[in-house]
Amino acid sequence: MRAAVVVFPGSNADVDMFQAVEDVLQVPVSYVWHGETDLSAYDVILLPGGFSYGDYLRSGAVARFSPVMEEVIKAAKAGKLVMGVCNGFQILLEAGLLPGAMLRNRSLKFRCTMSRLRVENHQTPFTCEYGNQEVIEIPIAHGEGNYFCDEATLTKLRENNQIVFRYEGENPNGSIDDIAGICNEQGNVLGMMPHPERAVHDWMGSADGQRIFRSILTTWRERHRAATHA
Amino acid sequence: MCKAIVYVTLRESVLDPQGQAVQGALHSLGFDEVKGVRIGKYLEVNLGTADKVQAEERVREMCEKLLANPVIEDYRYEIVEG
Repeated sequence: MRAAVVVFPGSNADVDMFQAVEDVLQVPVSYVWHGETDLSAYDVILLPGGFSYGDYLRSGAVARFSPVMEEVIKAAKAGKLVMGVCNGFQILLEAGLLPGAMLRNRSLKFRCTMSRLRVENHQTPFTCEYGNQEVIEIPIAHGEGNYFCDEATLTKLRENNQIVFRYEGENPNGSIDDIAGICNEQGNVLGMMPHPERAVHDWMGSADGQRIFRSILTTWRERHRAATHA
Repeated sequence: MCKAIVYVTLRESVLDPQGQAVQGALHSLGFDEVKGVRIGKYLEVNLGTADKVQAEERVREMCEKLLANPVIEDYRYEIVEG
């Protein structure tokens, strides 16, 4: 399995993401500049956190039109695994790969703290190593993580089991239905506000994020095996 | 030459915490008559054309594609001589 960490001007969690993949999975991982136009060499595409293009206009609005995004959309439609964390989540929303939009935190505060999450769907390619309804600890760092969508979209998200993580206990940003992370209908695109790449060793305060990366590898291995035997 | 004045605002159904904070500040300054504040964006776009009809069409496209996010925002614009 080969992983790509897409780097936009203003990404700042790209190194954390790269390091997490290397440490946890020990698979080849590369930085891919936002101007690149070929992602065919990669099996999983990771959009890191940060402030792409300074978040001018709206978070992720400008990054969505980076040349590499055409390829990310193509990869997502082809069923490859795509994960966006924090600003990466915002970019996936702006690109229309996930429904909804991001508002400023209801408190207007930038929240940088450990958050408790409930794994609402442990049957996605990103969460298969977790238990059903398991509560985990993953840090957040955002000022604009207040996920919003209209009622019809929310109903659809619930019906299709697309709500992957909810905040457990305190909701740090005021997101609708306590949503912390969602996936697309097919399940191969995940967006989440908390940073699993910053929770992969006990010395970081939590190693609960490790299993997201392990789930990705498990899923890839299963698919790969299925493809090889087919 | 034409210039577009574009206003992007949060949709009425969307909570505006910034607007609420400013409303609270106005109240604490004694402006009790304030019943609501909404904060939005104001953009001036120099269009480099004198054709108002064409300018209008292009600005609508810009709004739909990039300047506003229809999930949370509304937009309106004026074309002026700039």
